[in-house]
Amino acid sequence: MTGHTISRNRYFLIFAALIVLLVLTIFMAYVDLGPFNVIVAITIAIIKATLVILYFMHVRYSSRVTWVFVSAGFFWLLIMFTLTMSDIATRFTF
Amino acid sequence: MSTSGSENHTNYLNDGYGVKSWLLTTDHKRIAILYMISITLFFMIGGFFALVIRLTLLSPNGTLVSADTYNKMFTMHGVTMIFFFLIPSIPAVLGNFLVPMMIGARDLAFPKLNLLSWYIYVLGGIFTLSAMVLGGVDTGWTFYTPLSSGYSHTNVVPTVIGVFIVGFSSILTGLNFIVTIHKMRAPGLTWFRLPLFIWAHYATSVIQVLGTPVIAVTLALVGFERITGVGIFDPNIGGDPILFQHLFWFYSHPAVYIMVLPSMGIVSEVVTCFSQRKLFGYRQMAFASMAIAVFGFLVWGHHMFVSGQSVYAGMAFSALSFLVAIPSAVKVFNWTATLYKGTIRFNTPMLYAFGFIGLFTIGGLTGIVLATLPVDVHVHDTYFVIAHFHYIMVGGAVMGYMAGLHFWWPKITGKLYPEGLAKFSALTLFVGFNLTFFPQFILGYLGMPRRYHIYPPEFQVLNVLSTAGASILGLGYIIPFFYFMWSLRKGKVAGNNPWNAKGLEWLTTSPPPTFNFDKTPVVTEEAYAYPEEDLVGG
Ligand SMILES: [Cu+2]
Repeated sequence: MTGHTISRNRYFLIFAALIVLLVLTIFMAYVDLGPFNVIVAITIAIIKATLVILYFMHVRYSSRVTWVFVSAGFFWLLIMFTLTMSDIATRFTF
Repeated sequence: MSTSGSENHTNYLNDGYGVKSWLLTTDHKRIAILYMISITLFFMIGGFFALVIRLTLLSPNGTLVSADTYNKMFTMHGVTMIFFFLIPSIPAVLGNFLVPMMIGARDLAFPKLNLLSWYIYVLGGIFTLSAMVLGGVDTGWTFYTPLSSGYSHTNVVPTVIGVFIVGFSSILTGLNFIVTIHKMRAPGLTWFRLPLFIWAHYATSVIQVLGTPVIAVTLALVGFERITGVGIFDPNIGGDPILFQHLFWFYSHPAVYIMVLPSMGIVSEVVTCFSQRKLFGYRQMAFASMAIAVFGFLVWGHHMFVSGQSVYAGMAFSALSFLVAIPSAVKVFNWTATLYKGTIRFNTPMLYAFGFIGLFTIGGLTGIVLATLPVDVHVHDTYFVIAHFHYIMVGGAVMGYMAGLHFWWPKITGKLYPEGLAKFSALTLFVGFNLTFFPQFILGYLGMPRRYHIYPPEFQVLNVLSTAGASILGLGYIIPFFYFMWSLRKGKVAGNNPWNAKGLEWLTTSPPPTFNFDKTPVVTEEAYAYPEEDLVGG
């Protein structure tokens, strides 16, 4: 909406990065890292989501209010994961 | 500003008459009316299911309907009332009508999106209604897995599709309000001059936008597991049923605040107007609304104390749940303090607002009882819980809706309703409500479980009382329906500001013109700037 346009090359670059990360995800799924497999997969997923949000959704060039709301979305996601894990990660059997 | 409330001025109601002029309108006020008609319809359907429930419970051996039918009745009562009445009630009707007017705007930021939200609501309604016509659902409105995702033989899929769809109408309403409140306030209307009705809707919108996608995805996963047999929630095929409850309540606890926060906004408007006082602690009230929206997302595990959630999580959620009591109490105390030395008028909206304050307090305090982990182990899934949340949702949210409807009816329609009859029906509703639900606290405490169509004979007296109360409560809803309809044709002309209220919506004519204001208003004073010359220094 603000006049800023992203060059077409930038889009292709981001697209290529996403494909590389996708291939990496598949590759890492076949390497046994024990519990770290999940961490690696989630890290890659976060990087991919961030790229999509910043460039494809133009958030990088958007106003402060947009930033606040995008961060709120992440913060809420964090609440959901953290408090759900407060149960699932503490289900010890005595 | 427009001068008089003359009857024949052009307004949003006489600006086009055909069916098309309504079904294709982008006027926020007309869309509000479309919503009002639709949710009233669903309220009647949900009320019918409640009637069957209460009639069944008149006798301890469940003579009226079978166990299976009873399961469907309470499920469809919950689904209809929560997703198709309470969630859209105040935001989509009164919020839609008033948010632009209160901030001095011509319409919402996205008028077409607003109309789309209503069509989405209708589409979702058609799915859920057809599920009911095809034989109903029996999972409870909570859709707990693995019952919903595997074992139930009823119409779970069309129902969850309906709820999934209707969620998007809620998201669009919230999104529209957020952008409108940020971008379209009249000159001079700073954030801390906004009426608390607007703050309440802002907080509500945040919950709608950030919470609703989670329930949508969760119910989609239930449907997915049911159709494909891929294990997500069913432990037999590798799923985790408690995970469903986490995701479900992540939305569904805050959903209670989608229902009750807008009511709180209404109570702030009504209490200040009918005591002609500035609101006590304006900023605290605004922050309390936002705090409720945020804290509301930290407490959902209090629904899962006996579901197999870890003990540590149970303790954490119990402690966090107490947090919500703080901003809620701030609100109750501030409304009470606002009344101090006010010129109080006991008009119908004020009676409903008083009803809200008292009943919400009872609902809130029993909520603290239930959030206390060891007590909940005793009373979980009993009528104590049913009584508690009806005090919040009916005693709180619906009372607030009624207060708002009566407060702004003259603005919406340009007509006054018969005040004496309205006061009488407000009292009827209050008495009926308490007679219906107070006995349920006792029943629950004595151990009567929810969701059974039979019960031990010693519980009959309290159940009969409750059913008797429900019929009085029903009367309290039917009378307003008729005098509102009557007032459309025969009611006295209201004028621009029959209550001597502050707020931009009262400056324009009743009913308002299509674009709300002939000239964009300029705001030069705080909200609720009622004259208080006798209270200087007080
Ligand atoms: Cu809750």
